Amino acid sequence: MKRAFPIFAVPTALLLGYAFYEAMWVAPMERTMGDVQRIFYYHVPSAWTAFLLFFVNLVASVTYLVRRNPKADAVALVSAEVGVVFCTIVLVTGPIWARPVWGIWWTWDIRLTTTLVLWLIYVSYLVLRRFSDSSQTPKLAAVLAIFGALDVPLVYFSIWFFRTQHPQPVIGGGGSIDPRMLHVLLINWLAFSCFAVMLCWARYRLERLHREVEEAESMESLHESTR
Amino acid sequence: MNPVHYLYAAYIATWVIHGVYIGSLERRYSRLRQQMKDLRK
Repeated sequence: MKRAFPIFAVPTALLLGYAFYEAMWVAPMERTMGDVQRIFYYHVPSAWTAFLLFFVNLVASVTYLVRRNPKADAVALVSAEVGVVFCTIVLVTGPIWARPVWGIWWTWDIRLTTTLVLWLIYVSYLVLRRFSDSSQTPKLAAVLAIFGALDVPLVYFSIWFFRTQHPQPVIGGGGSIDPRMLHVLLINWLAFSCFAVMLCWARYRLERLHREVEEAESMESLHESTR
Repeated sequence: MNPVHYLYAAYIATWVIHGVYIGSLERRYSRLRQQMKDLRK
């Protein structure tokens, strides 16, 4: 398992490099926005990856509530943390893109606001996991995760149902996209998804070690109290 | 500001965020390994 990590890391790094090359030099330049539109190839795949990770978090949280499986709890924590990283990228690259195109960094538009709320829900989930020592914490966190997941479809479909400054979805919505742009977008999504798997893998190993240390510490204190 | 600078800023910000996160994983991992080593002594 330890050897598999670098074996998977090398193709992921190569894929990320290739995706970067495609985004910067191969994808055609958009007519109205110019080169700044290339932010799209990092912004959109990061958003899709965050949604995917929050979906994994939902499935793992429900599994934990039903079966009380500690592995499901660990998967829920890991996917939420890596999901927050990708959601942070969405919230940072979005305003950087908006400034030259809309003339403003931020607006309290439905898509932007629901994304910020989504980020805040999962940050509060992580704060709960980090600072609460109660045995009920995984259960409470799982319930919070279910509420958080309810915001994901709201973020995604907000631009379908409300008037918004945010562009329409490029796939399955009213918008259309050049096939070459779509190709580069999908390559970048694949690269970021593989990278997200790597991050989750590393974070899961860390979580296992954390639980082993906690167990060893409790055994140690039990041992000392019986002396 | 040249619009291309916004493109560079977005790409750099993405990798800085990932770098900070990977750094935090590495720090937490070393700390836990040290804790485990101390417990085994």
